[in-house]
Amino acid sequence: MNNMMEVQNLSFTYKGAAEPSLKDISLPIQKNKVTALIGPSGCGKSTLLRGMNRIHDLYPGHQYDGAIQLLNKDGVGYTDILSLKKEAEMIRLRQRVGMIFQKPTPFPMTIHENIAYGLKLSGVKKRADIEEIVEKSLRDAALWTEVKERLGHDARGLSGGQQQRLCIARAIALKPEVILFDEPTSALDPISTLAIEEMISVLREDYSICIVTHNMQQAARISDYTGFMYLGEMIEFDQTDTIFMQPSVKQTEDYISGRFG
Amino acid sequence: MSMGQHISHRFDEDIEAVTSKVLMMGGVVHQQVERAVSALLTCDRVLAEKVIADDVKVNTLDVKIDEMCNRIIVTRQPTATDLRLVMAIIKATNDLERMGDEAKRIARQAIDISKRGVLPELFESIDQMAVRVKEMLNKSLDAFARKDIDAAFTVIGLDKKVDKDYENLTRQQITHMMEDPRKIHASMDLLWSARALERIGDRSCNICEYVIYLVQGKDVRHIDYKELEEHME
Repeated sequence: MNNMMEVQNLSFTYKGAAEPSLKDISLPIQKNKVTALIGPSGCGKSTLLRGMNRIHDLYPGHQYDGAIQLLNKDGVGYTDILSLKKEAEMIRLRQRVGMIFQKPTPFPMTIHENIAYGLKLSGVKKRADIEEIVEKSLRDAALWTEVKERLGHDARGLSGGQQQRLCIARAIALKPEVILFDEPTSALDPISTLAIEEMISVLREDYSICIVTHNMQQAARISDYTGFMYLGEMIEFDQTDTIFMQPSVKQTEDYISGRFG
Repeated sequence: MSMGQHISHRFDEDIEAVTSKVLMMGGVVHQQVERAVSALLTCDRVLAEKVIADDVKVNTLDVKIDEMCNRIIVTRQPTATDLRLVMAIIKATNDLERMGDEAKRIARQAIDISKRGVLPELFESIDQMAVRVKEMLNKSLDAFARKDIDAAFTVIGLDKKVDKDYENLTRQQITHMMEDPRKIHASMDLLWSARALERIGDRSCNICEYVIYLVQGKDVRHIDYKELEEHME
């Protein structure tokens, strides 16, 4: 198995909901590939993404069934992340599986502190190490040349696209293995969007990526695999080229070509 | 093959408009071929000149359809069947335009033959070939309009017969040229026309291959007939 993660027959019900939001979903997240999830609003793609680093569990009471296997750090064997219970394990999981949200969420600190903060929390003490990681992360997020002269400025002074790249830099500073993107460009202009897409295609070399997007051309451009979800089910999963050129399920075709179902 | 309507009504209209333009172009090309052959068989110089002059109609439609396809691509970013349809249209239009050129070529030979006033022997044998080729063109347009892969497959089968016709005609004319060298020029003109007809048959097959690609998503170009037969089964 060359998968970084593997969702296996996952069903998920939000606390207090009568119906499950995800029904028997299976999905591989391959190593060093970009996997896109598409589907209409309410189909469960964000719910699925948020299950993959158990961010749902910031509030208790949700019901999971099935398994989400994550490759062990030593590359041997898998651990079902749904079996994790301790808070410390959850924190470690979210370091390994980072998430970028739709709206940029810079901390109300300087650009430098935005990245250094998480590093210090995770135990990086030496100043030289922190400086090195801050620079590398900003470089990897294609932001370094734009901000290197003003690392001490408030991060909220950056443009939306820059803020989003800062959030990505903040995530990669913690050396995750998987990065989950939840509509990372839907609040950005076309130029910033292309900058982020370009960055994702570079990041793929070091990380495994899963992205939820409403922009189907974006999914077609940047992903290797695409899953089409509808009403909580995975309708079709295949190579991105196949999904967009020759899907095998009519529902997928109707959705991607903008037809009535 | 029936696809539902697009949420955007305009998209459906755009697709319909470009599809009917292609069929219109097909109609014009068919008429051009018919007139060219008729001019050839009856040594009608006036008709042949009309065919040559009318080629501009085909070319205009070719450019127009390309423009319409460009517009659809840029405004709709077509996917799946829509994408294959636009691809098929762009390619079919190219073939139709070249068929128009072949018709023009036949018309030129008709003028040459009529000028010379020497008729090659077995002149009428090209007629049979022309009837078959026109049928292929007609049916390929029909298959395209109805997205009918069985009809498309039938047309591809007809091409064998046209190839045979061409082979027979070539053999006959070679014999006549050897018997009477004064008719070499005329026979050569006739062979050029037969060659043009044979090419029109080939291009009709191309259109049919695009129909299969459009409906099934399977690219059947550059595979031999036997393989295609197996696929269709």
